[in-house]
Amino acid sequence: MEFILSILIGILFTAAFYLILSRSLLKVILGTGLLSHGAHLLILTMGGLGGLAPPVLIDGVTDFADPLPQALILTAIVISFGVTAVMLVMAYRMYAVHQTDNMNELRGNDEHD
Amino acid sequence: MINLLLFPIIIPFFFAMILLFFKEQVIVQRVLTLIGLALSLVASLWLIATVKTEGIQTVTLGSWPAPFGITMVSDMFSALLVTTTISITFFVVLYSFSSIGVERERFFYYPAILFMITGINGAFTTGDIFNMFVFFEVLLIASYLLIVLGGEKRQLRESIKYILINVISSAIFVITVAYLYSIIGTLNMADISVKIAEINQPGIISVIAILFLIVFGIKGAIFPLYFWLPNSYAAPPIPVLALFGALLTKVGVYAITRTYTLFFVHDIGFTHQFLMILSLLTIIAGCIGALAYFDVKQIIIYNIIIAVGVILFGVAQMNTAGLEGAIFYLIHDMLIKGALFVLIGIIIYVTGTSNLREMGGLIKTHATLGWMYLIAAFGLAGIPPLSGFIGKVLITKGAFEADHIIGSIIILASSLVVLLSVIRIFIYAFWGPQKNELPARDKGVYRQMMVPAIMLVVVTVAYGVGAEWLMPYMTDAADVLADPSIYINAVLKE
Repeated sequence: MEFILSILIGILFTAAFYLILSRSLLKVILGTGLLSHGAHLLILTMGGLGGLAPPVLIDGVTDFADPLPQALILTAIVISFGVTAVMLVMAYRMYAVHQTDNMNELRGNDEHD
Repeated sequence: MINLLLFPIIIPFFFAMILLFFKEQVIVQRVLTLIGLALSLVASLWLIATVKTEGIQTVTLGSWPAPFGITMVSDMFSALLVTTTISITFFVVLYSFSSIGVERERFFYYPAILFMITGINGAFTTGDIFNMFVFFEVLLIASYLLIVLGGEKRQLRESIKYILINVISSAIFVITVAYLYSIIGTLNMADISVKIAEINQPGIISVIAILFLIVFGIKGAIFPLYFWLPNSYAAPPIPVLALFGALLTKVGVYAITRTYTLFFVHDIGFTHQFLMILSLLTIIAGCIGALAYFDVKQIIIYNIIIAVGVILFGVAQMNTAGLEGAIFYLIHDMLIKGALFVLIGIIIYVTGTSNLREMGGLIKTHATLGWMYLIAAFGLAGIPPLSGFIGKVLITKGAFEADHIIGSIIILASSLVVLLSVIRIFIYAFWGPQKNELPARDKGVYRQMMVPAIMLVVVTVAYGVGAEWLMPYMTDAADVLADPSIYINAVLKE
């Protein structure tokens, strides 16, 4: 199971970096979304996917799922949702002001203002 | 006072929440921000006194015993950094009263600063590696607001890059923590240190060390990863730039210092050698940048990068003198960068431009500003008895003890380049004939801006001259870094 998930994470990272390196700002933001999904799955996988019982303390159960990666994932997902929302709003504002979403046209320094 | 070390985190957070309800009343916001920062400053000074007399303070949240729950740890190193952070913010907030403009103040400028302080102090205090990620996000999200606040064309363009860089580095942070968890099986920093010592740092841990260096290096702007910093930092107005330059990169430097002195101490030949080479390259790259520009903002921004290199070079020595020097220089650099950014902010306000070629002859009209800038510039370059000197002496002493002669020579030579780059601002802006007519400026606003600037310069001078009295604190801080068992025993005490 860990093996399949590792491949999935690899595919997610590949897609994420392909999108992040593209020119359209919207694709870049989608790429960061995929990147954080990959990272979250990686946390889950790294904690070990074993464990037959839920992480609740009951007598007589020895094979627990590890609760810690799930807690970490929950925090990381909330943060990445928030940051993605901020980024989308800022991308919209930037499009409204600069009239472009092409990253190549957003290079530059003071002389371009 | 068992919860004392949480006060510098909770007080700014509490005041930031209250400020959210007073969006339109700018005066109320200003007063409450100052009260909040003053209270936090008192709490953090008290914290330093407590740590000095009673040793490292810890709080386990929810009273879960140490390796299981989240631990907050305040040793002397983090207590000193927390205090410096709050005091710099205090002065920068005073400065922004007259410089940031009411429009920005009404759009959650002060709450954003206080939230950022919450995140920074939290990152300095936490004893749990995932919790550090969370506090990093707190400070980053507040900094996203600060960097884009105002919504100028340039700010929007640069802040989107800033956010992208930080989102990607946060993703790598999560990935690194996940790798560390799968190998070590714990998140408590003291416990991680114990477990790594038990397995004696195999190769995979060194890989994680380098991953951590990449993550924190992006935030702290070390050599190949500083590319985003000069443009992004130049976009926001000066008070925000001062906060970012003085505080944000230093959180990355703190995190590198903490992980490289607590976790990855068993294969110094690889990890610390790597850190040392990168820090020297950082210094060289920063020097090139500082000499290349004729824009006052860019010159000081590249000086941030040089300082990061110097501090990390001290950390890479891993001996007492090097670590003491790194701590001393870290705090010196936070103070002096705050002072310099505030001063060049005043220069830009007075002349109406940030281009050195269009300035000149300011010493005739603004003598106080000139002298203050000269003192701050000498402090930055490390002219004794000002504060940059002691840190650099200790760092080079550590380097000579560790037989890194070339590194020490680069450090010493970089002082000359730093001096050249900042004195160039002095010569072009203050000497010579007046090139352009100065725009009409309100003298009262100028005086209001000078008050916090002079206070900050006085603090940096006091920090240098009073080094003798501060040295016991620095030694305490360096002892914890040099000997991880002090930290571990304090956290994992039965």
